[in-house]
Amino acid sequence: MGAMSALIEGSIFVVKDNIDTDQIIPAQYLNLVPTIPDEYEKLGSYALIGLPENLYPTRFMTDGKMKTEYAIVVAGRNFGCGSSREHAPIAMGAAGVEAVIAESYARIFFRNCVATGELYPVESTSRLCDVLKTGQRGKLDLDASSLVVEGKTYSLKALGEVKPVIDEGGIFNFARKQGLIAAQQ
Amino acid sequence: MTLTEKLFARASGKSNVNPGDNVWVKVDVLMTHDVCGPGTIGVFKREFGNNAKVWDRERVVIIPDHYIFTADSKSNRNVDILRDFVREQGIKYFYDVIDDPNGSWHFDPSKGQLKRQFGSNFAGVCHTALPAKGHTRPGEILLGTDSHTCMAGAFNQFATGIGNTDAGFVLGTGKLLLKVPETMRFHLVGELPKGVMAKDVILHVIGDIGFDGATYRAMQFDGPGAHALNMDDRMTIANMAIEAGGKNAIFEFDETTRAYVDERTKRNGTRAQYEPVEPDRDQKFIYDKTFDLSKLEPTVAKDPDPGQRALARECADIQLDRAYIGSCTGGKTSDFLAFARVVNGKRVKIDTFGVPATPDVVIELQTTLWEGKSVWSILESAGVLMTENASCAACLGGPADTFGRLNRPMNCITATNRNFPGRMGHKESKVFLASPYTVAASALTGHITDPREYLG
Ligand code: SF4
Repeated sequence: MGAMSALIEGSIFVVKDNIDTDQIIPAQYLNLVPTIPDEYEKLGSYALIGLPENLYPTRFMTDGKMKTEYAIVVAGRNFGCGSSREHAPIAMGAAGVEAVIAESYARIFFRNCVATGELYPVESTSRLCDVLKTGQRGKLDLDASSLVVEGKTYSLKALGEVKPVIDEGGIFNFARKQGLIAAQQ
Repeated sequence: MTLTEKLFARASGKSNVNPGDNVWVKVDVLMTHDVCGPGTIGVFKREFGNNAKVWDRERVVIIPDHYIFTADSKSNRNVDILRDFVREQGIKYFYDVIDDPNGSWHFDPSKGQLKRQFGSNFAGVCHTALPAKGHTRPGEILLGTDSHTCMAGAFNQFATGIGNTDAGFVLGTGKLLLKVPETMRFHLVGELPKGVMAKDVILHVIGDIGFDGATYRAMQFDGPGAHALNMDDRMTIANMAIEAGGKNAIFEFDETTRAYVDERTKRNGTRAQYEPVEPDRDQKFIYDKTFDLSKLEPTVAKDPDPGQRALARECADIQLDRAYIGSCTGGKTSDFLAFARVVNGKRVKIDTFGVPATPDVVIELQTTLWEGKSVWSILESAGVLMTENASCAACLGGPADTFGRLNRPMNCITATNRNFPGRMGHKESKVFLASPYTVAASALTGHITDPREYLG
């Protein structure tokens, strides 16, 4: 992974409140082990497949595709609630998502984003999920903490102390860099 | 300091900590299971090398429990990954599904779902197995790769769920950087009235604060009402702290805790020394509310999340297709006994599945006699489909052949802990959470039913 750029540009997928980990990656796919490369890719192909069709007629993943066309997910309150499965941020990361912008996060999901370095979990300062629409293009600036969509700028909360950890690709790389654990042989 | 702050201070070697501090915490026990264990092991090997050793082979507890009784080949392989790792590392506490240490695990669907398919060392659902096998101790830090690890907070310890990467870090170092949470206090007074169970208490509390009402926070349950609860009931409450977004739940230590823990550590020969944390006089809470248990009524959390609180008696118009009793939180012996009290001598009207949390529960139900009949047979005569294969089963859906899984859209009432869309299988199913009493009464009528009229 390594250091990522502070600018993320791409299509936006919008979801509402309380998207739990079963909707991000349904339990039946938890037999896939994220550290096995093929199964990591496969997890990506199922990202957000648990969103009910009646509420989300536009699907996040196209059937048969391993990658999503959406780089940014915009959400409401309590994104990632439910189980502690790290498969959730990993499925989204494996599908090609680079950042989530939510009003708030469930604790374990937020932590798993940071620990794995898969995604930037950014917090919005207003209810973007009611304003933005799936398919719009956005420009997310992590240093300036802003999102620009169709010429309009929305301010975001600063990522703060977790940004350098994700920049490094997760806690292990970060801890090594800081000398907290020994360098890899 | 609050109980949780005291635990953080002790585990980080500091005399004082404040909410918001990030501290390195020494871990007493790390638990993992078949769904997150293989990934955790993968992270550990990737980061510490193929020949690395875990930090302490007596402090890692591995409990296969989620996808065990399924013919799904990847799930069976995942149990084998755990078994190889245990052998390689000499892990002391591994509750294998089978007795052959050199074998591999294959569920045999031809024997059916109901008949026992596990060996003598199998322990069942991790959060219920941990205390039963003597791995929960007051004053300790328990981390697990499962969000309901918070259940062990019933034992006056800090217990929370973590992801595979964090768990891989703990496997190698025995430590983790954690943030000290703020504490919310739930002061319980009064006694539970007839027909009301611990499950109703926690569903009521979650309804009160909202299902993200405790995000990043500790939930401390104290007061005479808390001390009057037995350990099973405290576990039911602590289990669902995560359903309000809580980082952990914590109860005070008392004689009830001591009796339970001492008995289990002795029986299993696990570490018997511990040092509880006692409450300080000056505890600072970010929320402090008293709940009178005697005022509670049978409560339900409606689809689609655990915060959708309603009273059972107000939901009589909700028709049901299925009832389910099981899981770490609702599959204990006391839960089945409550269920059996309601259905004894009657017949359920809808498909009803019973999955004990642990093999011990199976034995207890088969050997507890009411007027000469075992509780197990009373449940079966009432039409409950009881499996001896203790596991998570349909609590989280699982592979398509999982016992009790909702494979098509339907309404299900359940004694489990989570009801997000798709949680028990089909994403268009609706799941209603309730106490074993309420689930049992509803199974008899086919709609959501207040159980009080069924309890003499
Ligand atoms: S029984 Fe349900 S809640 Fe408990 S550990 Fe298993 S899947 Fe999780």
